[in-house]
Amino acid sequence: MLLIRCPYCEEERPELEFRNAGEAHIARSANIAGESDDDFEKFFFIRSNPKGIIYERWRHMHGCARFFNAVRDTVTDKFIMTYKAGEPKPAKLPGASK
Amino acid sequence: MIEAFRIPGAGRLKQAKTARFSFDGQAYAGVEGDTLASALLANGVHLVGRSFKYHRPRGFLSAGAEEPNALVQIERDAARKTPNVRATVQELYDGLTAQSQNRWPSLSFDVGAVNDIASPLFSAGFYYKTFMWPKSAWKNLYEPKIRAAAGLGVAPDQPDPDHYSARFAHCDVLVLGGGAAGIAAALAAAETGVRVMLADEQADFGGSLRFESGARIEGQDGFAWAQAAVAKLRAMDNVRVLSRTTAFGYYAQNFVGLVERIGDHLQKPGRDLPRERLWQVRAKRVVLATGAIERHMVFADNDRPGVMLASAARTYLNHYGVAVGKNVGVYTANDSAYAAAIDLKKAGVNVAAIVDLRDNPTGPVINEARALGMEVNFGRAVIRAGGKLRVSSMTVQPKNGGGERTIPVDAILMSAGWTPSVHLFSQSRGKVAFNDETKRFVPGTYAQDCISVGACNGTDGLMATIDEAYAAGTKAAKDVGAKAAKSTKPKIDASESWSRGMLGAAPGAGPGTTVKAFVDFQNDVTAKDIRQAVHEGMHSIEHVKRFTTNGMATDQGKTSNMHGLAIAAETLGKPIPQVGLTTFRAPYTPVTFGSIVGHARGELFDPTRKTAIQPWAEAHGAVFEDVGQWKRAWYFPKPGEDMHAAVDRECVTVRTTAGLFDASTLGKIEVVGPDAAKFMELLYTNPWEKLEPGRCRYGIMLREDGFIYDDGVVGRLAPDRFHVTTTTGGAPRVMNHMEDYFQTEFPHLNVWLTSITEQWAVIAVQGPKSREIIAPLVEGIDMSDEALPHMSVREGKICGVPTRLFRMSFTGERGFEVNVPADYGQAVWEALWAEGQKHGAGAYGTEAMHVLRAEKGYIIVGQDTDGTVTPNDAGLDWAVGKKKADFVGIRGMARPDLVAKGRKQLVGLKTKDPKVVLEEGAQIVGDPKQAIPMKMIGHVTSSYWSQNCGRSIALALVAGGRDRMGETLYVPMPDKVIEVEVTGMVFFDEKGERLNG
Amino acid sequence: MAKAAAKKTAAVTPSAERRPALAGQELSATGVKLAVLPPAERISLRAPEASVAALSKALGVTLPRKPKTSVAKAGRTALWLGPDEWLVLDQAAKDPLADCAKVTALHSAVGISNRNVAIAVTGPAAAATINAGCPQDLSLDAFPVGAASRTILGKVEIVLLRTAADAFRVECWRSFSDYVFTFLSEAARDAAA
Ligand SMILES: [Zn+2]
Repeated sequence: MLLIRCPYCEEERPELEFRNAGEAHIARSANIAGESDDDFEKFFFIRSNPKGIIYERWRHMHGCARFFNAVRDTVTDKFIMTYKAGEPKPAKLPGASK
Repeated sequence: MIEAFRIPGAGRLKQAKTARFSFDGQAYAGVEGDTLASALLANGVHLVGRSFKYHRPRGFLSAGAEEPNALVQIERDAARKTPNVRATVQELYDGLTAQSQNRWPSLSFDVGAVNDIASPLFSAGFYYKTFMWPKSAWKNLYEPKIRAAAGLGVAPDQPDPDHYSARFAHCDVLVLGGGAAGIAAALAAAETGVRVMLADEQADFGGSLRFESGARIEGQDGFAWAQAAVAKLRAMDNVRVLSRTTAFGYYAQNFVGLVERIGDHLQKPGRDLPRERLWQVRAKRVVLATGAIERHMVFADNDRPGVMLASAARTYLNHYGVAVGKNVGVYTANDSAYAAAIDLKKAGVNVAAIVDLRDNPTGPVINEARALGMEVNFGRAVIRAGGKLRVSSMTVQPKNGGGERTIPVDAILMSAGWTPSVHLFSQSRGKVAFNDETKRFVPGTYAQDCISVGACNGTDGLMATIDEAYAAGTKAAKDVGAKAAKSTKPKIDASESWSRGMLGAAPGAGPGTTVKAFVDFQNDVTAKDIRQAVHEGMHSIEHVKRFTTNGMATDQGKTSNMHGLAIAAETLGKPIPQVGLTTFRAPYTPVTFGSIVGHARGELFDPTRKTAIQPWAEAHGAVFEDVGQWKRAWYFPKPGEDMHAAVDRECVTVRTTAGLFDASTLGKIEVVGPDAAKFMELLYTNPWEKLEPGRCRYGIMLREDGFIYDDGVVGRLAPDRFHVTTTTGGAPRVMNHMEDYFQTEFPHLNVWLTSITEQWAVIAVQGPKSREIIAPLVEGIDMSDEALPHMSVREGKICGVPTRLFRMSFTGERGFEVNVPADYGQAVWEALWAEGQKHGAGAYGTEAMHVLRAEKGYIIVGQDTDGTVTPNDAGLDWAVGKKKADFVGIRGMARPDLVAKGRKQLVGLKTKDPKVVLEEGAQIVGDPKQAIPMKMIGHVTSSYWSQNCGRSIALALVAGGRDRMGETLYVPMPDKVIEVEVTGMVFFDEKGERLNG
Repeated sequence: MAKAAAKKTAAVTPSAERRPALAGQELSATGVKLAVLPPAERISLRAPEASVAALSKALGVTLPRKPKTSVAKAGRTALWLGPDEWLVLDQAAKDPLADCAKVTALHSAVGISNRNVAIAVTGPAAAATINAGCPQDLSLDAFPVGAASRTILGKVEIVLLRTAADAFRVECWRSFSDYVFTFLSEAARDAAA
């Protein structure tokens, strides 16, 4: 069981309290009704599923109940950092060398 | 009475406390503190099992958790039969009953032993090669036969009557392994005041101090020091000491799984005691003090009962006071076996000869052995063990060939050296490094906040071990913020030390030989098998492992991995580190399912949710059905009624007078805030801004892909407050869905969501008499049609209790849903019931509810929809706000495939024979005479007998369904084809007049 | 007909009996006691930062802003559950919903008095009992007196409040109370270890 740092609770909490919520930083268009089929496909269906660094959403479901974002390495399963929903994708990752 | 092989004055057990036990029906006596193994050995019993594949007779290899051979079945009663128990670990209690395994008809005469003679058929990879054809035979013939022949004990066929407990624990420093190293590390950390946990798999702490007679610490015998030190630790508030506790898995972020065995060693475990307790520990720092495991020598017939590890013989003597034989031979490539020989000799056991593979070893133990008059042979090998059910001799030859000499012995003590136990380190994802000089893998690169100390770290000698462990304990505590404490590092007065040894097959079992020199005893893998695997093309150690099954038995290759690797490396002509070690996986030793399940069984397997009104339903004979975790009243049979009769009656009662229905399980969400309506506009297809406070609307929620996700009636209580209902099963996910959009997509809206599902009990009162039933109990609400029309909501009081009273209908009748605070639910229900009785009303359950709504063509999301149904498909276009610029699903709904012609649409079906009720899920075809496989154009989603309609009714998803009105379609069933007519979805009161009737 | 029915509403209004879930249930084991607590007034309060002062004033208790904390005053306790979410408990039979109704600052107050059931877990083995199913560190350093958190117990969600060094209040939804009480009962039997 992983420990995940909740940016709202400001501490690491057991994974059992959390739920993954898919890839992060996929913005829903303000004019979604006017989107082309291609754009909607990209928005709704296409996910990066990378080997390595992934930006994903989690919800502290059984804690503060907030959605937040996390950077995780899918190879080591290590969380690199977490940050609040709505904050921009971090330009630089802590300890990043790869 | 003292057992034949118990040596007076030897060992630490108190002879006074006798424990009687039986093995294969034979009665024996042992002593309290014995293991089953030491007690059997005290009685001279070595033969305890048959091997997995060849059914060879087997005895005890070890005196600990690494035991591959001595697996027995422990039987307490019919339900408590535990197979595959290591006799070397099982503590003896008075009355213990054990059986040998994997033999028939008896241990000494086993028919399956024919496999030993026919062994060329069973060489490496035989599973893959022998049983290839025909394919079907694998499942029906080969596999069952192989499983029956190769079984490891018999599982009980009754539910496990024991209970198992679980605990999450946190500590600063977790020390795994309670030998000298672990104790020293724990002492160092504990003295600083940090939270320490110390766990060891044995009943007694001390590790190798159990047998190391040469160790003296703090002026006392090493083992006695260990007991005193652990007693000191136990007395400290900041320390938790767990014996009989195995760390079986090391997971991410210093999360370690431990199983504490609580009842298995007791004669009568208390009823309140769990059998085992699972500890899930999160530690800031972990100290691994897991020790080392002695390796056996790989030579012909090294599996004969009586052939065992030198340290095991020494443990049986020095701890249990048991001699493993009267005339023992020693075969070694390392010093440690000398220590065993010396201890046995001093205890009066004859040592026939020491055979040392090394050419000219020197050292104090060798001198001492000679001084005690033992025959010591250098540069020689034991090439064969004699005997079958018990070793009777060893045949010795110079290691480079020459004359053979057979020496009679009744036990052989062997040592090929020691393998550091890096299992947990490896599980922590640490990388091991090969030390070429000492020929062992030791911890290299760490992946987590842990440190290895002592023998598991390749540290030799007690002095160096204590220094290293004490320093590691101190540092671990300091790392987590502890202040330095006064050092009380244990002082070593005397110690033993040895290293080196050999890996791989010994002379006589090398390349070109075909003898059975076992590498992996439990899976019957020989040196020849490993070489054969390489010759057949398995060049990766992982392939060799799978092909031979070396190291894949329940002992996880604790004694066999290094030998197997060395033989593979030699055959491949590569250095060991280039061939690499196989992966160590959890669990370190087998773990019961019970310990993993813990409390989650019986009524704690899953929560059973009951409504406030459930006790009334139970008292009134309701039959319940599971809806998610909820128990819902399904129907209320009267005496003599079956389900059909009860449901028919309930359906008719609702439409003639009225019915009461417990709708409390419906999901309820209060949406509050100035932007509540805006938020609702975005989450539902319907328009909400113009809905007047006090009015309700049926809402549809889509996913972004345009498919129906949920539905329910929503009441607007105030301009900034909505009372939203969801389906029973959908409540948690709908809440999550709404929270997701609220928090991440529309955070600019001032609105909040609160689950009120359990705040309100909901009593649906439906039927022509519903108002008469409710009205006398209501205060402050005008119940007239003008003041409270269909689809409206008012707040007031009922029976003096606050209520949110909805005028709404899921039956097509005049209807109400009375929301009251849950604690009052049952009392209000009883009051309504009493009123209802005056009018002939009854209670109805979920089945009648389903029928009644189907009569009206009201859909149930999840039954009539399946995640691929759009509002248009369901005939609900009217509920989609056409002028809206945005809502979740607006774009998905417009995808080409979702607006294409020929989509499956919800329609009604009437069977040509009104008495025939279709099966839900049945497929629908246009032409029943077409060839199989037929083209299926839809399926039945809902189907019931409708007493109110006097016929069967059904809903179905049919391709282009709404263009097929009146068409005849067919439902092929195994025994007949059912003719149906496509109709509209409303079967009863098509004009909807009864809503105000 | 409709009018006649409407007129009858002014007639009798019988008073309904309150039947809280698990009322009065208790269990005693070595080192730990469980007791279902009497009903309390509860609201789920949601508000932005700007409204906190006004709401605190109206409620008579300062809404905590620090994660995993609570503030108690005069029988009323406000538990921080999230950055804009509090559970307000009132054990003095005073209605916090009514207090919030007077506040014009932006907020959402929803009555949930009947949604939750509270169980007191007390005694030296209280933390061990809860740790049978709760993965949080309940040592006094990590979870001091007054600490409050939504978390997990076994397979359900709870709100945990530490009321004293050896006392906790476990809140769960009504229909899960049976599970929670049974779970804690089984755990209590094992907690002295
Ligand atoms: Zn949080």
